[in-house]
Amino acid sequence: MLKTFKFGGVHPKEEKLTAGLAIQRLPLPKKVILPVAQHIGVPAMLAVKKGDLVKTGMLIAKSGGFVSANIHAPVSGRVSKIAERIDASGYKSLSIVIETEGDIWEESITLDQPFQAIEALTTAELLLKIRTAGVVGLGGAAFPTHVKLEPPAGMKADTLLINGVECEPYLTSDHSLMLEKGSEILKGTSLLMKVLKVQRAIVGIEINKPDAILLLRDLAKNFQGIEVEPLQLKYPQGSEKQLIQALTGRMVGPGALPASVGVVVNNVATAFAVYEAVAFNKPLIERVVTVTGKGVSKPGNFLVRIGTPIKELIEAAGGLPEDTGKVILGGPMMGKAISNLKIPVTKGMSGIVLIQEKEASRQQVMPCIRCAKCVDGCPMNLEPYLLMMISEKGMWEQAESNHVTDCIECGSCSYTCPSSRPLLDYIRTGKSKVGKLIRSRQNSVLTDKQIPI
Amino acid sequence: MNNILFITIIVISAIGSISAVVLYFVSKKFMVFEDPRIDEVEALLPSSNCGNCGFAGCRAFADACISADSLNQLNCPVGGNETMKAIAHYLQLDTLLVSPKTAVLRCNGNCEVRPKTSKYEGVLTCGAAHGVYGGETGCHYGCLGFGDCAVVCQFDALHMNPVTGLPEVDDLKCNGCGACIAACPRLLLELRKQMPKHRKVYVACRNKDKGKTAAKACKVACTGCQECQKVCNFGAITIERNLAYIDAEKCTLCRKCVTVCHTNAILEINFPTRKIKSEQISEA
Repeated sequence: MLKTFKFGGVHPKEEKLTAGLAIQRLPLPKKVILPVAQHIGVPAMLAVKKGDLVKTGMLIAKSGGFVSANIHAPVSGRVSKIAERIDASGYKSLSIVIETEGDIWEESITLDQPFQAIEALTTAELLLKIRTAGVVGLGGAAFPTHVKLEPPAGMKADTLLINGVECEPYLTSDHSLMLEKGSEILKGTSLLMKVLKVQRAIVGIEINKPDAILLLRDLAKNFQGIEVEPLQLKYPQGSEKQLIQALTGRMVGPGALPASVGVVVNNVATAFAVYEAVAFNKPLIERVVTVTGKGVSKPGNFLVRIGTPIKELIEAAGGLPEDTGKVILGGPMMGKAISNLKIPVTKGMSGIVLIQEKEASRQQVMPCIRCAKCVDGCPMNLEPYLLMMISEKGMWEQAESNHVTDCIECGSCSYTCPSSRPLLDYIRTGKSKVGKLIRSRQNSVLTDKQIPI
Repeated sequence: MNNILFITIIVISAIGSISAVVLYFVSKKFMVFEDPRIDEVEALLPSSNCGNCGFAGCRAFADACISADSLNQLNCPVGGNETMKAIAHYLQLDTLLVSPKTAVLRCNGNCEVRPKTSKYEGVLTCGAAHGVYGGETGCHYGCLGFGDCAVVCQFDALHMNPVTGLPEVDDLKCNGCGACIAACPRLLLELRKQMPKHRKVYVACRNKDKGKTAAKACKVACTGCQECQKVCNFGAITIERNLAYIDAEKCTLCRKCVTVCHTNAILEINFPTRKIKSEQISEA
């Protein structure tokens, strides 16, 4: 019996149209747009001004705090504008626009010859390299990796989990990366293990990627302490807490960090980025993005520079089909429909899914029939029907006591609902309202006691 | 037969009288003293229990009035000065008179002047739409038009206008309770000082984009051109992040700014029509 997580979960149709396709490198975009807030935490601080000449890999925005990440120029050229541009959130945010003039790399980046003395590097040196390179979690949340690698005092990790699950339908960027850069991923994994001082790492891969499992298993024989574990097909297995449950059987409490149960989770793409950062001093300036959809003529996995407008990606995949109903950033389950194709690729973007019009429209909402399918489907053991009802009525205190903040917004509830009720829409509203309530409460406590943050 | 009836009556009456005696002593022993003035003050309040005074309803507010030394910090926005005067009179305390306020919508981007650029299909509430993206139009600051404010208004003072797609405030019914201000995720509603005859002059825009971008998204957007600021003799207009704001405390309703605004972002409401200039002067 293959491992999986205990509670809830659904199995949407996989639709991995681009599985096994080779990674194509996209030509340099004419211009790149880089929002200074493309990771979780404090936005980065500008380190260039309008008119500056930048080289590929040059630091253009400096990390704005501990939970923040550096941003580097993905092309060489001139900073043409520093202005507000629409980003993946659907809102405008401060961005750096660079007109491409070429691809001249910074001297410190040694792409042709990997750094030889990797073994001799100390933990602190490794951590510094990862932090300098601006590596963030590439699975989707874009949480700064160096923060994960320094668990808070009192918490000690004993296991590193590498997330190669890719449970979202359509997306195959991690899959293709595992097939092509398997040994680099494992080298990155052993570097992460060294930083965390753990002896054991498990790479979790869902069973629908047998080629990746076999390849990584084969390669892992050369590495000490790395296991590859096939997992049963179930969404949302790629979510941090679900993956920990599936691979180690440990449960992370509400609001707690994975490090509280001795686990740190990183994506395969992050492990690859860590390897590149350490071996070549190469900052995180490109990533693999899947462009797919049933109507797309040339779907594929593209290696693109961060900041490329997604319009260019869609054109590379054969252009926007006529019958496109929605353009979704990320997978169809958790991704976000966007209203503008000028939005740039950010560090956390793993795919672009073009959904056909006939599939994109919402069904008519029917009354709740109390079938409890949403309760069975919820991987966090919540009661989605109840949370929706109390959010609809604006009962925020009740929503809080029913743990609305534990929702991971995986969309399993909305997916299973036979009445097509917009469960997640309401729960998300409730979650943001409750989050605000909690923050305002904490802030008032802080001002009362005058605790400096 | 008679006997059974008789015994029943006796037993029931005995239980009744014993319980009465016990209850009497228990009620004496555990009596909670409540200031009778709370009831009186509560009777003076509007009983809307809207909570916009900062207390959990009218009774809690009455309780706070009783225990306060002066009523300067307390204000019932719904009852207004009349209510506060009555309470002050009853409790023999001082109260500060505040100018009554009404809500205004700082967006005038109706369907005509602010064209739609995308289609939103999710749950039709402003809170949900605001969480997803910038909205159906090119303006990421403007009214979403799903009427969260109209839903929370307890006083029937806010209605969605189906033609413009914007909420409209009924000046006579609005008492400035502030519920709509909290409901709007975009902070478009503002409580402004009530002027004579409900006249208002305000910038009906919250777009902080640069002028060109703002004007492209909406024909009546404030572009931050500073013309109004130059023409204002009272220093009532400030411009921050490409957006003008008229301070209601300093504004004298002279309406010079309205004439110079080239995008008609500044609205004048409840004024007589401009053509009859002589009448205006005599009125003033």
